[in-house]
Amino acid sequence: MTVTTIKPDSAAQAADAVRWALSEGTPLDVAGSGSKRGLGRPIQTACTLDLSGLSGVVAYEAEELVLTARAGTPMAEILPMLAERRQQLAFEPQDLGPLFGRPEGQGTLGGVVASGLAGPRRISAGSARDHTLGIAGVNGRGDLYKGGGKVVKNVTGYDVPKLMAGSFGTLTALTELTVKVLPAPEDCRTLLLAGREDAGAVAALTAALQSPYDVSGAAHLPAAVAARSDVRAVAAVGGAVTLVRVEGFGPSVTARVAALKEELGADAVLDRDESLVVWREVRDVAYFGPTPSPASAGEGRGGGDDSRHVWKISVQPSEGPRVAESIRWALDAELYFDWGGGLIWAAVAPAADAAAAIRGALGTAGHATLVRAPEDVRIAAEVFHPLPDPVMALSRRVKESFDPCGILNPGRMYAGV
Amino acid sequence: MRMPAPDDGVIARRREIIAALRTIVPGEGVIADESELRAYECDGLTAYRQLPMVVVLPSTVEQVSRVLRTCKEMGVKVVPRGAGTSLSGGALPLADGVLLGMGKFNRILDIDFANRCVVTQPGVTNLGISNAVAHEGFYYAPDPSSQIACTIGGNIAENSGGVHCLKYGLTTNNVLGLEMVLMDGTILRLGGKHLDAGGYDLMGVVTGSEGLLGVVTEVTVRILKKPATARAVLIGFPTSEQGGDCVAAIIAAGIIPGGMEMMDRPAIHAAEDFVHAGYPLDVEALLIVELDGPAAEVDHLIEQVAEIARSKGCCYSRVSTSEEERLSFWAGRKAAFPAVGRISPDYYCMDGTIPRKALPLVLHRMQEMSGRYALRVANVFHAGDGNLHPLILYDANKPGELERAEAFGNDILRLCVEVGGVLTGEHGVGVEKRDLMTDQFDEVDLDQQQRIKCAFDPDGLLNPGKVFPKLHRCAELGRVHIHKGELRFPDIPRF
Repeated sequence: MTVTTIKPDSAAQAADAVRWALSEGTPLDVAGSGSKRGLGRPIQTACTLDLSGLSGVVAYEAEELVLTARAGTPMAEILPMLAERRQQLAFEPQDLGPLFGRPEGQGTLGGVVASGLAGPRRISAGSARDHTLGIAGVNGRGDLYKGGGKVVKNVTGYDVPKLMAGSFGTLTALTELTVKVLPAPEDCRTLLLAGREDAGAVAALTAALQSPYDVSGAAHLPAAVAARSDVRAVAAVGGAVTLVRVEGFGPSVTARVAALKEELGADAVLDRDESLVVWREVRDVAYFGPTPSPASAGEGRGGGDDSRHVWKISVQPSEGPRVAESIRWALDAELYFDWGGGLIWAAVAPAADAAAAIRGALGTAGHATLVRAPEDVRIAAEVFHPLPDPVMALSRRVKESFDPCGILNPGRMYAGV
Repeated sequence: MRMPAPDDGVIARRREIIAALRTIVPGEGVIADESELRAYECDGLTAYRQLPMVVVLPSTVEQVSRVLRTCKEMGVKVVPRGAGTSLSGGALPLADGVLLGMGKFNRILDIDFANRCVVTQPGVTNLGISNAVAHEGFYYAPDPSSQIACTIGGNIAENSGGVHCLKYGLTTNNVLGLEMVLMDGTILRLGGKHLDAGGYDLMGVVTGSEGLLGVVTEVTVRILKKPATARAVLIGFPTSEQGGDCVAAIIAAGIIPGGMEMMDRPAIHAAEDFVHAGYPLDVEALLIVELDGPAAEVDHLIEQVAEIARSKGCCYSRVSTSEEERLSFWAGRKAAFPAVGRISPDYYCMDGTIPRKALPLVLHRMQEMSGRYALRVANVFHAGDGNLHPLILYDANKPGELERAEAFGNDILRLCVEVGGVLTGEHGVGVEKRDLMTDQFDEVDLDQQQRIKCAFDPDGLLNPGKVFPKLHRCAELGRVHIHKGELRFPDIPRF
């Protein structure tokens, strides 16, 4: 029997499919909508387990702050449903579709959790891991099991849902998830500081994050990147732009923005609509996307060069400027900062020694992931940051504990895992 | 509740094991004298006691590594212990086991305000971290009730919570990095001062693993700037149902308070008699809602909360107008446990979580059980996240009362699971709820969790007999049964 894609429409069928793959010794490429297929190491399997048929919100109770949905439920279905009740996924999941040259809004809830991605609010609200309360799924043995719970506070047994976040389908084919949902902010403003170089900008972001004003976004766009923004007030600065986001209830936002403007010596304040646009750009790495967004007025973005490889670098914030400087010195790289200086997005002209240069600049201060590059590059390079030997050995054992025969997404993260 | 039978072979080698430990940890770092061992016989779950075979108190990571490796080589079980404040028996010793006390790891290593984090040894108390950064206006957010005594290492083991959790998260949401030692002596570092440790979220599964996966020797936590201001409102309701409705309405309005606590009539009366906080005594439910943050925000929201309370039929409402008054609102809640201790010789503190909408049903069923077991119950709970703390009042000197209290407690936890909740919100499973795990998880779920343990501790030597009701050998759990054959669902779309 030649099977290239199996598309179950129930958890029981998904378990059956994995059991079949196990009996055939056929590894599975586990996917939702496939919107993040370009992320991670390419895998070569004869068979795809397409989970997009496991779709639909199972339960959503705004007052309980939880939502349970089948893993293949499109984010495009979940986000409006939350917005209607003035709620959100506080970790601000990224939509990286356009970065990979795909349409916007294509991801699934399972894909968002499995890839463990979070946006600018990561600094205050945490990541996908912090909002995943419960899971059900099929391990590599073909067992349908559950972990975690469906309430916001639970310490019963191991926190299996955390292990799923960022595991790229290598441990379990997720069939259902319960996530924490939180109120969406009523209002949002962004303080803009013009013309600061990296170190001065990160110092300003640090001051903002050390303030008692609940900053929920802290980014710095060097001049070349800022010029690509669709927000006129950002692009028109004609130099570097440093951004500090304040969200919450109207009167609170007004008061905090006034205080921060004074403390930071901000040059301007972006209104709610401008803020929504600029933080979406920062979140989705739009500046390195290949084409202007359809919403763009034809100016601003679009200078992104899709032949460049995109790296995501996580570092302690105070080290951000130093690491950025080392990368610029070694490579032809454009970059910008998020997370108060602790996240560097870099678009690097293809170079054989890029991985070594970037990881060398980091030392032990963080980790770097190759997010976008052609398949042949991702086969040859270490896409995810190499782990220290003892951590790698333990990770292999953890993989075996879920998937002893290497059926689920083998090699998607690390060779042999 | 039965613990695994002690291994007589190990106990027979006690002297040899002690001698081996003394070569690693010199002097008073190894305790073998029975009168001194007595201090370690239980944790905060005092109903269960067991003298350990020996106690070892290492003071360096290297010593921890050698102790664990030696115990593995000799086939000896190890129970890690912080300050021993666990309420679920997580640090209950084993008769044939080494108790590994981490109390000497009591130094803060690095305070880094620029990166908003603290690197500390695991034996530092939860409050000790906040105190160390208070001069710059920072604090460590998770605040378990035992924060004056409990250690950050123990907080990691239990994924401790507290009043602030709804807004600021549990321990797991506030940890950036760990150094830990596996049973074979391997030293691992996970995460650091940066966000999103690379690879699998091992830190996520270690946090809350109750000492079954490894021994934490260093922790990096994030610290936050103290909110500019905090105000509280005290709200009384004629029924607990209205109290629950009010909580739901506050959250539905988009407000996530820094703390939102509820007490029922017996708890209100016990607390008021004890500390005279000025609580109303003619209400069925009392809510304390604390809002923290920038002054403009707190002033704005406190009015909204008071308005919501009125719309839900509150019969009492008082907004704090001074710091002193705010603290007086909390005085009763913070003293609720000792207050209950005054009206009963003993009490048993439970810890389950429910979907908040099930609160009226759960309270009603609890009253029924109270009648059936002929034991009183008082309730305090973290209303915002549905985490209940029923306090079952009993007298250990009356034959059968302890057993009845435990049976009553188990019924409450089963009820929590029945209504869609969980067995424990913050205290952990330990030995206390171990045998109830099968009410929340089926065998397949538990087998998968135990396989995770096998990845960390293949011989099952770290804290066995806790969390999991049945011990399985890793070899047995690891077997893969492959059934050749057709798909059971031949109609699955394939293309």
